[in-house]
Amino acid sequence: MLKRLLRTLWDGPQAMTGPAPNEEWLAGLVARLDHGAHALLGRSLAIRQVDAGSCNGCELEINALSNPYYDLERLGLRFVASPRHADVLLVTGPVTANMGIALARTWQATPEPKWVVAAGACAINGGVFAGSYACIGSVASIIPVDLEIPGCPPRPVDLLVGLVTLIEASAATPGR
Amino acid sequence: MTRSLSAYLAARGRPVAGVAAPFARFVLDSAAWATLAEDLTTLPWTVLALWGDEPATVHAALREPATGIVAVVSVACPERRFASLSAARPPAIRFERAIQDLFGFTAEGLTDPRPWLDHDAWPVTAPLGEATAVGERVPRPYRFLPVEGASLHQIPVGPVHAGIIEPGHFRFTANGETIVRLEDRLGYTHKGVEALMRGKPVGDAARLAARLSGDSTVAHSLAFARAVEAATGTVVPPRAVWLRALMAELERLANHLGDIGAICNDVGFAFALAEGSMLREKVLRAADWAFGHRLMMDRVVPGGCAADLSTDGVKGIADLIGVLRQRLVSLVDLVEHKASLLDRTVTTGVLSTDLARQWQPGGFIGRASGQDHDSRKSPGYPPYPELSFSVPVFADGDVNARLMVRIKEVENSLWLLDQILERLPVGAIWVAPQRAAGEGMALVEGFRGEILNWVRIDDQGTVARCFPRDPSWLQWPLLTAAIEGNIVADFPVCNKSFNCSYSGHDL
Ligand code: SF4
Repeated sequence: MLKRLLRTLWDGPQAMTGPAPNEEWLAGLVARLDHGAHALLGRSLAIRQVDAGSCNGCELEINALSNPYYDLERLGLRFVASPRHADVLLVTGPVTANMGIALARTWQATPEPKWVVAAGACAINGGVFAGSYACIGSVASIIPVDLEIPGCPPRPVDLLVGLVTLIEASAATPGR
Repeated sequence: MTRSLSAYLAARGRPVAGVAAPFARFVLDSAAWATLAEDLTTLPWTVLALWGDEPATVHAALREPATGIVAVVSVACPERRFASLSAARPPAIRFERAIQDLFGFTAEGLTDPRPWLDHDAWPVTAPLGEATAVGERVPRPYRFLPVEGASLHQIPVGPVHAGIIEPGHFRFTANGETIVRLEDRLGYTHKGVEALMRGKPVGDAARLAARLSGDSTVAHSLAFARAVEAATGTVVPPRAVWLRALMAELERLANHLGDIGAICNDVGFAFALAEGSMLREKVLRAADWAFGHRLMMDRVVPGGCAADLSTDGVKGIADLIGVLRQRLVSLVDLVEHKASLLDRTVTTGVLSTDLARQWQPGGFIGRASGQDHDSRKSPGYPPYPELSFSVPVFADGDVNARLMVRIKEVENSLWLLDQILERLPVGAIWVAPQRAAGEGMALVEGFRGEILNWVRIDDQGTVARCFPRDPSWLQWPLLTAAIEGNIVADFPVCNKSFNCSYSGHDL
């Protein structure tokens, strides 16, 4: 154990450099905020992930954000266990009919100001499950969505870019 | 009196022509099916799955444990009712509940007839059967199993969980800290995959199969592809066969490494999580480099593979094997010997060998409780009969045993990857699947156990019916058994050591 810890010190950090925000997304988000409730989120965001019926591929990559390579906490991002503690809902899946109520209630339980990120093809438009009797087909048809991160599943780097962009957007908002 | 499965079915049923070997199918009349339901109380055959079909039919896949022979048996149910197998075979319960929900058939004598996948939220009833459109539905209250006793309290959890995991509901009943009953309610991620597959060309349906359970995308794609190839008589080029095994072992490695870290983390050993998640990330990056997708989604398709491996890719995987071997030694040493870790994992969440024998959950759950089944060995499929590997079996049935099986399987997968890289044939990686009607079945060993896929292709080359069965169907009920008598605080680690799929089960 000690040997391993020493080697870790010796090897130095494994983490990649934090990615730059996506300018296009950033512009869109800042514009949204100006119309909205002047979010006071600062440079740190608490994220509550909600699986609205995904295939679990998106969750695998969201979980990867916590590994030492991406290490999202050093960027001011952290996952929280309750929507009541969250600034951001990170939603995946085509919103199955069986998860519709749970998703709506989770959103209601999240205090303002709040962002909603739809991550993955399914959350954006139902992906391969679009048109099913059992799927509502997009997060936006249940709750307002601020940012879409495409991919099936989105790569961890893309997820990180999206979340970093959110931080920048909330920091750039007037009204603090 | 011993009776063989084949002889029993041949004597009582009519064999169906045109069913791809090696899995025969027999049709029983409803009287013979009802007799089978009774005979199962004394016969040793395992029920692998039950599923519905149209025109109104129920199919069951049975395995004879002594020989490993698997056969499908069917009964027509024109009145939309059939005799339940649940009294003799509890594993049949949830399959039959799902058939009732999806097809609207009645399983007569079903020991637990509550709805299962249908939460009264779909705009149709019996979506795979008569598919009657209904307006807004008022959800019926779901009756959890009764519990009685003054000192008991209940803890409802989910469907939205605290961690980054899939949705499902757990109803704990505890006496103080001790869990006296756990009941799970699933179906929240039901996406209607079987209905979506119907009528799709096999290539499109393969994209759905790849998304049944993202962590097993290679294994589910492989099971679907092999079932289609059996049904249509398609012969896959040798290089594709070996590439598929390469991807399947990479997937197994990635999942096991992630699980090893996550299980340790659930008892507070964060160092193992950091190390396990880094090793997992290395596998995903190598997969991305080699096949262009971190999870290798849509890379295994009917007819072969959709991505070839370049010489760079070969080198990338060979390097990965070297790094993993080197880093694993210290991780394994830690996990096997750390007293504070063993203190939490040994004797925790014990699944008895008896229950494992009855249910045959397969995978690390079965192999940690004395069952040695592995689909790569029985029935076996290429290229595995040409490769050497062992199937680790432990008898303790606790969290530690499930951890140990994973560690041994990681070592085996590395060994398999060596052999595969060394012997990878050259040549084409894909042929167009034959355009022929037929039905076929495949059994494939995913990281969490045996995946069954049964498919019927019509003469247009589209999917008439596909039933993909994730092993989680047989594993979820055992989690609720294994947790009994444990403390509530040990649920996360027990759950992680089972790591059942919600999406794979909910369909
Ligand atoms: S976007 Fe892709 S990976 Fe994510 S849940 Fe949908 S199918 Fe799965």
